[in-house]
Amino acid sequence: MSEMLNDPMMGTGPQYELTASSEHSPEGTERMEVSMGPHHPSTHGVFRMDVELDGETITKLKPVFGYLHRNHEKIAEGTSYLGSMPYTDRLDYFNSMTNNWAYALSVETLAGIEVPERAEYMRVITAELSRLQNHVCLIGFLVQDMGALGTPLMYAFRERERILDLFESLSGARMMCNYMRFGGCRCDFPQGWIEQAHQVVEAFPKFLDEFEALLSENEVLMSRSQEVGVLPKDLAIDAGVTGPILRASGVNYDIRKVDGYGIYDRFDFRVPLGDHGDTYDRYMMRILEMRESVKILRQALRDIPEGDFVHPKAKSRGLRPPAGEAYGRIEAPKGELGFYLISDKSPQPYRFRVRPPSLINLTILEDMCLGHTIADSVIILGSVDIVLGEVDR
Amino acid sequence: MDEGLKSELQKAGIFTTTLSEIYNWGRRNSLWPLQFGLACCAIEMIATSMSRYDLARFGAEVFRPSPRQADLMIVSGTVTKKMAPQVVRLYKQMPSPKYVIAMGACAISGGPFKQGYNVLKGIDRFIPVDIHIPGCPPRPEALLHAIMTLQRKIAGDSLHWDRRKAEEEELMADLPIPECGVHDLQPPKNAKIWNPEPVIRG
Amino acid sequence: MEHRLPASPHMENMSVNIPEIQSVADAINDAIAGAGVLVIENENPSGQHSLLFQNEHAVACARWLKQESPWKLDYLSNVTGIDWTEDALKVKFGKDAEPEETRGFLESVYHLYSMEAPIGPLVFRTRTGNRSDDVSLPSMTPVWRSAELQEREIFDLYGIHFKGHPDLRRLMMWDSFEGHPMRKDYVEPDDYEYEPTPHADVLKKSAAHQNPPAKGGDQ
Repeated sequence: MSEMLNDPMMGTGPQYELTASSEHSPEGTERMEVSMGPHHPSTHGVFRMDVELDGETITKLKPVFGYLHRNHEKIAEGTSYLGSMPYTDRLDYFNSMTNNWAYALSVETLAGIEVPERAEYMRVITAELSRLQNHVCLIGFLVQDMGALGTPLMYAFRERERILDLFESLSGARMMCNYMRFGGCRCDFPQGWIEQAHQVVEAFPKFLDEFEALLSENEVLMSRSQEVGVLPKDLAIDAGVTGPILRASGVNYDIRKVDGYGIYDRFDFRVPLGDHGDTYDRYMMRILEMRESVKILRQALRDIPEGDFVHPKAKSRGLRPPAGEAYGRIEAPKGELGFYLISDKSPQPYRFRVRPPSLINLTILEDMCLGHTIADSVIILGSVDIVLGEVDR
Repeated sequence: MDEGLKSELQKAGIFTTTLSEIYNWGRRNSLWPLQFGLACCAIEMIATSMSRYDLARFGAEVFRPSPRQADLMIVSGTVTKKMAPQVVRLYKQMPSPKYVIAMGACAISGGPFKQGYNVLKGIDRFIPVDIHIPGCPPRPEALLHAIMTLQRKIAGDSLHWDRRKAEEEELMADLPIPECGVHDLQPPKNAKIWNPEPVIRG
Repeated sequence: MEHRLPASPHMENMSVNIPEIQSVADAINDAIAGAGVLVIENENPSGQHSLLFQNEHAVACARWLKQESPWKLDYLSNVTGIDWTEDALKVKFGKDAEPEETRGFLESVYHLYSMEAPIGPLVFRTRTGNRSDDVSLPSMTPVWRSAELQEREIFDLYGIHFKGHPDLRRLMMWDSFEGHPMRKDYVEPDDYEYEPTPHADVLKKSAAHQNPPAKGGDQ
């Protein structure tokens, strides 16, 4: 079997090493192999995990990807730079704004395009609104996996609808906004949009208090998530994990603070950190990040200046960036979303690579789940916050 | 039955109907969808079942995780070639009468990802689809419109059990589950179900 | 449960101090004998230059960068596979370039950052001999675990065989699939209806793909 894996011409191999199903443990029980997914109510999409169980305890877990592999990268090699912008909406289909921003940032790094100040504020406002609705829906799905069938999710989606109304009046679409352009945004805020956004943002902390009163000290949530799925700090850094999961393990790395892209250095916000790295910390991280996002939004909505929404000389259509390569990254709600572009002076990129935070965060899924029961694996997967459009691209 | 006679009887407090009407009324107002979200359209499907757009009004609130208990499969999202055998398998496991809604451009024809080596160009290559909803993603109102159209379609269903059972059995036998072959699915499409006219424009 | 707030002073300093790439190359060449690290210039305004590692010493150089270098590059952010065809290299270096320079190869590019200081990205690359039979590269998974899934994906889509990877098998495509889809010369299965739009090659493909009706004229 290992000879087959070493042969470069042989692209195949067994899916995983199978332990004989009649292997007995000291108690006289047998191991069982179960395939969870791809059609499963709790795997957040078409994702499959092959688990090997000893009773209810997991002894091995191998994730299987590719059920939503839609080859964004190959399509982008035949599409112009602007033409790939709507495709980036569909990567992490919850937050189209942050995906667009990451791509626009990479192309701006590649081509040396500048962004006017008002456009930067507009980007920050839409990205933080996107982060709010992503985190609240994630908590809704996580708690649904724990057994609260539907009710917190209904509350979460109620808030999400308010934010999607804002996006719709701004860009014309609820989810796939296609809003950013190279050098700014596609269009300016309509009249009265900032007041509406202000109303949504002001109502959010009260909703969060209501949400937290139901959940944060809920005995079921605490007993099912504390000490479950602990991720040690060193393993998290080594495995390239980013986003709220990394910060829940105690590592202070938020790309908004580290790179200071856009105008994030003007805003006063804190980066919450966790102590234990378990599922409860990851849940709490999202709640605290939502509160910080509300702070950023208040400051941005107050300080946004007048000006251009896009650089007047920036060319989006028919863009032919200078030859070379560039890697641009942002702090998306799921982690570090980066785009690596190689240009050969033609209108299509030579190489378009998406650095998917969800896929790389799944590197340590097995490590977190070993020794826990199969019911815990669903919760651990829910707290890792994956979106299959990004994992499989 | 004569409509005038019907309304006369109704005024007298007698309600008349036919067996097929009432059977179809029960079936169409209690469609149980299969919880089958693949990609982005699934989020709009979930949003349709949430409090603003409320799919529960149509009786379709209970999304069943198991195909044996569902009678409507809403294929929402891109079907890839790796996933296609599972979709067909799930369709075969649903008990009849069953309906399929292809939601979104990807499920109808491959959508924006049509030039993909791993993308199945439309789920109607393998299973018979009743309603197609265009959009990327279609709004929740579009999904509600599709459910209502499906309800109208079910209202016109006939009740001839023997004939329908024979048709279903014939269909099921002709529905092979594709396998993942060397470069593509084997077979790449089900010729009995999907045989479009070739389009040649000048 | 307490939530600590960052008080680290270095995060206030927003200037990202990327070390001069030539000094990094010199430091590695000094530390590891015979490393032969070269600098590949990037003529783009992004200014992200990269290092080219020789395959025999790549893992040793990487380990030095992670553990013993003054920059402690412990976070591997991105691993990318690239297929440089002969035609692309001729475009890059000119048609009259040496055949040595335009022989096609596959490449694997790594972006490194540090979690402790705002440094990065440090980019390094490893190249294969050619695109056909000499397609193996050393794997960086023993050094940074984040390369595990990304190198599997490159193996699946490009065909680069990573020596030393603990579990090298296909990631996205199914196991019995043959071929490496992201390569530039991959031919897709012809399974979608070409819609004739006014592009010359699409019209040709459409005519070849579909059987025109025997009689009855146009549709």
